[in-house]
Amino acid sequence: MSPQGTFPRFEDALRTGLPLLTCEIATGDSADPQDLLRRARLVRDHVDAVNLPDNTAGVVHMSALAAAAILVREGIDPILHVTCRDRNRLALQSDLLGAAALGVRNVLCLTGDHTIHGDHPGAKPVFDLDSLQLLGLVGTLRRGRYLSGREIRPAPELLPGATENPFAPPYDFRPLRVQKKVEAGARFLQTQIIYNVARFAAFMARVRDLGLDRRIAILAGVAPLRSARSARYMQERVPGMEVTDAIVRRMDQAGPGRSRAEEEGLAIAVEIVEQVREIKGLAGIHLMPIHWEESVSEIAARARLEPARLALASTVSARRGPEDSPLDRPREHRA
Amino acid sequence: MPFPVSFSLEPVRRFFRGHPRVTRPLELAILPFEAASKKLAFGCKMCGQCILHETGMTCPMGCPKSLRNGPCGGVRMNGHCEVEPGMMCVWVKAERRSRWLPWRGAILRIQPALDWSLKGSSAWVGLMIGRNGKEAR
Repeated sequence: MSPQGTFPRFEDALRTGLPLLTCEIATGDSADPQDLLRRARLVRDHVDAVNLPDNTAGVVHMSALAAAAILVREGIDPILHVTCRDRNRLALQSDLLGAAALGVRNVLCLTGDHTIHGDHPGAKPVFDLDSLQLLGLVGTLRRGRYLSGREIRPAPELLPGATENPFAPPYDFRPLRVQKKVEAGARFLQTQIIYNVARFAAFMARVRDLGLDRRIAILAGVAPLRSARSARYMQERVPGMEVTDAIVRRMDQAGPGRSRAEEEGLAIAVEIVEQVREIKGLAGIHLMPIHWEESVSEIAARARLEPARLALASTVSARRGPEDSPLDRPREHRA
Repeated sequence: MPFPVSFSLEPVRRFFRGHPRVTRPLELAILPFEAASKKLAFGCKMCGQCILHETGMTCPMGCPKSLRNGPCGGVRMNGHCEVEPGMMCVWVKAERRSRWLPWRGAILRIQPALDWSLKGSSAWVGLMIGRNGKEAR
């Protein structure tokens, strides 16, 4: 029996109202699925869903859609990143339909990093749509229409998600952009990596004032640092990242040894999780262990984070039969 | 408050619907003036579906990602663009300027996907005949 559709989905976990835990893994740099599966198996028992980035920072990796399909086959619920950088509205629509056909339901709608900082700076970036228009497009598909108005039967089952970066100007506009994304149909939101908790708390206060925390599940982004060098690189070279001087200093003081730096990076990540947890209006934590998937279980254990789906694992498998498999679904519509 | 333009233009639109052959000559006459003045004042890229008034009188097409719904997540700490470090992010400017406008709430409107077939055409004529945003929203 195929595991498709029989395992707890991210949407089921969302409905529990319990704190969620998601994480991101690299899709890999080869055509070997074992490489991806090795990373996925490191995190699968600790999270509700696994994010698969779409050529992050404009650097080519294995297709996120292919990786997501592989994870579905393994019984892991993927969150597929879909960016507007490499695809126009035709390719986006056909990829989204293809994703739904392969059992991929959660789609994170992003604008995408510009090609200029990637490994192919001479490439022509597309940006036919932006992230908000992409969210609207997912909604249109869910209602059984292409952007052209042509009918789709059956309509694909997709759960649109969005992102926000509270650490990039204009700071006052960021909560309003969340509001726009909620109105465009986003059901969950994952934030940029948090190193400045004070700024994140101010952002969340405004989000609560707008009543948005009750309309969308917000997951706070946390990433462990691995070395003082990577902390400094993120601080100086990655636009849209705010690594505070205090954190860079702590990584410096940890010394040059790899194990001591990693230990300090984990300690900082756990501290940030614990501080962020105190902020009202959050639905969970999103871990981004940049090529360090082993750290997910470690942070989850130390911060006592567990996936919400644990609470419903038994009930869901009883409620959902194999007829819910995406491959079998057309049968219902023929009747 | 949204920009109250569609109401006042209805009689004009009715006229152009009744006289479709006027549109092309009118557009040819207006285009050079519109292109030159908007380029000078706003760095216009002639997308043909102007939303300047809803984005704080700042042309969003100056954004390297041509974002029409708000800033991307890559804006630098100093408010500059991640792609062109020498340039202020158009959305940082748009947000600041929109506060001075009586219709400042217009920046929150979700802008539909661009119709690239209108690129290079006159947005003013488009406004008069009601052709802007004809594609899916």
